[in-house]
Amino acid sequence: MQQTWVILGATSAMARAFARALAEEGHALILAGRDLDELRALAADCTLRGAGEARAMRFDAREPKHDAPILDALEQAEGTLNAAVFVGAMPEQARIDDDPSLLQGVMQDNFTGPARFLQSLAPMIEARGGGTIVGTGSVAGDRGRVGNYAYGASKAAFHTYLAGLRNRLGRAGGHVITVKPGFVDSAMTWGIEGMFLVAPPAKVARDIQRAIGKRRNVIYTPGFWRLIMLIIRAIPESIFKKLSI
Amino acid sequence: MIWKHLTYSGWGRALRASGDMARPERIDALRALPPAPAIGNRRSYGDTCLNSDGPIIDMTRLDRLLSFDDATGLLEAEAGVTLGEITRLLVPRGWLLPVLPGTGFATLGGAIAMDVHGKNHHNAGSFGQHVSAIRLMQNGKARQITAKSAPNLMRATIGGLGQTGVIVSAKVQMIPIAGETMRVRESRVGGWDEHVALLDASDATYTVGWLDATARGDALGRGIVEEGEIGPDPARAPRAPHTVPLTAPHWALSKPIVRVFNELYYRRVPAAGRTVTKRLEDYFFPLDKIHDWNRLYGKRGFHQFQCVVPPDQGPTLHAMLTRIADSGLGSPLAVLKRLGPGRGGMMSFPMEGYTLAVDFPNRARARGLVQSLENDVLSAGGRLYLAKDALAAPEAIRKMYPELGDWAVAAAKADPDGHLETDMSRRLGLRRA
Ligand SMILES: Cc1cc2nc3c(=O)[nH]c(=O)nc-3n(C[C@H](O)[C@H](O)[C@H](O)COP(=O)(O)OP(=O)(O)OC[C@H]3O[C@@H](n4cnc5c(N)ncnc54)[C@H](O)[C@@H]3O)c2cc1C
Ligand SMILES: NC(=O)c1ccc[n+]([C@@H]2O[C@H](COP(=O)([O-])OP(=O)(O)OC[C@H]3O[C@@H](n4cnc5c(N)ncnc54)[C@H](OP(=O)(O)O)[C@@H]3O)[C@@H](O)[C@H]2O)c1
Repeated sequence: MQQTWVILGATSAMARAFARALAEEGHALILAGRDLDELRALAADCTLRGAGEARAMRFDAREPKHDAPILDALEQAEGTLNAAVFVGAMPEQARIDDDPSLLQGVMQDNFTGPARFLQSLAPMIEARGGGTIVGTGSVAGDRGRVGNYAYGASKAAFHTYLAGLRNRLGRAGGHVITVKPGFVDSAMTWGIEGMFLVAPPAKVARDIQRAIGKRRNVIYTPGFWRLIMLIIRAIPESIFKKLSI
Repeated sequence: MIWKHLTYSGWGRALRASGDMARPERIDALRALPPAPAIGNRRSYGDTCLNSDGPIIDMTRLDRLLSFDDATGLLEAEAGVTLGEITRLLVPRGWLLPVLPGTGFATLGGAIAMDVHGKNHHNAGSFGQHVSAIRLMQNGKARQITAKSAPNLMRATIGGLGQTGVIVSAKVQMIPIAGETMRVRESRVGGWDEHVALLDASDATYTVGWLDATARGDALGRGIVEEGEIGPDPARAPRAPHTVPLTAPHWALSKPIVRVFNELYYRRVPAAGRTVTKRLEDYFFPLDKIHDWNRLYGKRGFHQFQCVVPPDQGPTLHAMLTRIADSGLGSPLAVLKRLGPGRGGMMSFPMEGYTLAVDFPNRARARGLVQSLENDVLSAGGRLYLAKDALAAPEAIRKMYPELGDWAVAAAKADPDGHLETDMSRRLGLRRA
């Protein structure tokens, strides 16, 4: 059956890998983000790789006015509607400590912006009786760490939001997958000290595809992060608060 | 962050550089960078993809296919896409890159900057000869150049070792193919004369000779000649790739092991020869299935010696091969090929004649041997391939590349302050010629 996927934050390295995988399966793509030149280049690439159709559209987590045209385009698309969110931003915690006003933007980029869009998409998925939403959170959302607790908090909020949405859409035949990547080799992590076990974006894309096929609820990618986070979450707060991991 | 500080090397791993590397994921990010040399997947062996004195730009994330015309076969793609990916995507649609080197991990930018050749060089020429337009970025500004709009800059950029600017994207004329497999005629050749005679006589589209660099005496030059034609025959399904997980101990490619390997490789093909059908990717990129195979040479890395000598210099090559075999330092597989005259740029490697490529472990004795072989190449009127070189002397290269002076002028015009210089351009004084 015809599938349409909207990808928010389609310029991200992970999104590019995922969009290409969808393209090779012949799906129709709406590639949404702020950098339209880049999105157009990606749309051309996806079309050549077999996408039924690929178009670039503006999406800005901080500018709700761009949501409507995307939602309209989805309304007009036939078949199942799906969405994948890769939007995210991770300013250094030290910068936020210096300038608390940055916190609002972090929340908008990682949580409220994507959630606002999904909130409007949800009834459309319910109306069609199916469709998958992939939301990219982060292992950073599993525990508040001194090094990036603002980013972590926004991702934790997004996780909670996705869990509720999963509960809601499941009743109407839809599905929501929460993706928690570990360290991924993208612009976000390039040159940051202390990265280890960094996964290629294509690995994340493969894991997401598999999770879609199996209707998984929450995945860690690469999978060993589930174990790492199990241990990290098991550390009592009285000890954790003194650690600087 | 924009920069990552790291230590990196070319495929040979014998030379290293430490410095800041940027890896732009979008054109705007590339545009915002200070001028610096660009690199692809570092499949060149020596120091042409290294910059110890400054920053370097990894282009592998600018890898999108921008347009493809099914009617004409004209492809436009960003420089960071690999030739293997283009092959994977377009072969099922009936189109193939006109020239493919022995690894699919080479990027489009690297293939142009080295003007690479393939097993069909004798009739298809070099990669750059099929490139109709290049988008070149100089000082943050990109513009398209063609052989018509900027003939000199075009010839300085093709095979130009990245010294005229960053190749952002390019248009390549693909060729239509009648099937997705290669029918390969494999013939054993017992010695040098037989080997050269078969290469000379072959009228196949793709021809290459694999040679046992350890064989001596009458067996010197023995090997297997492969002649390939693309066709519609079915082939076996692809196998999953393997990875060499660790850097191997230094004895992994020691003499007895290499000798046994070569013996087996040779005996694999029956005395009367055989015909096999291979997937195009398996044929063109035989070693790509073993990821990171360069680690087999251990921590010290290795050198590849590749030269070309004019057609009448077969005896020189024979004498060189004798010294290689006598040294016992040669690698598992050496490659012997006939090249045609086709070349796309001023600094392109190909010239009519025979090309020989042999790997050597990075030891003092091997380095000495390679340097002496280089002298032979120079006196034979041949040249060394800069994509492989790590050891040559500046004067020798100057004599081997007659257009070096003109090229240096063009590079100086494109990059007056020398921001694009690499370890190789400094070692060989290329920009001062
Ligand atoms: C197993 C193997 C087999 C090979 N077989 C062949 C063969 O059959 N024929 C052949 O000709 N070569 C062969 N090669 C060599 C290889 O094809 C070339 O070295 C090629 O240039 C590698 O491409 P790369 O993208 O890795 O470039 P790199 O090695 O990263 O860079 C090579 C040069 O290109 C420049 N460059 C790269 N990208 C850009 C850009 N975007 N803009 C400007 N300059 C750029 C760099 O500055 C550098 O000077 C082989 C190599 C291997 C490892
Ligand atoms: N890299 C990691 O190690 C890692 C680990 C865990 C989770 N993640 C998460 O994975 C996702 C993808 O990240 P990545 O690593 O691929 O990094 P990336 O390349 O930096 O991608 C971030 C994406 O977010 C978009 N974006 C940022 N702010 C936006 C806004 N206000 N409106 C619309 N789009 C906005 C960017 O689009 P523009 O083109 O418009 O800038 C870009 O596409 C993010 O959610 C990130 O938090 C990453």
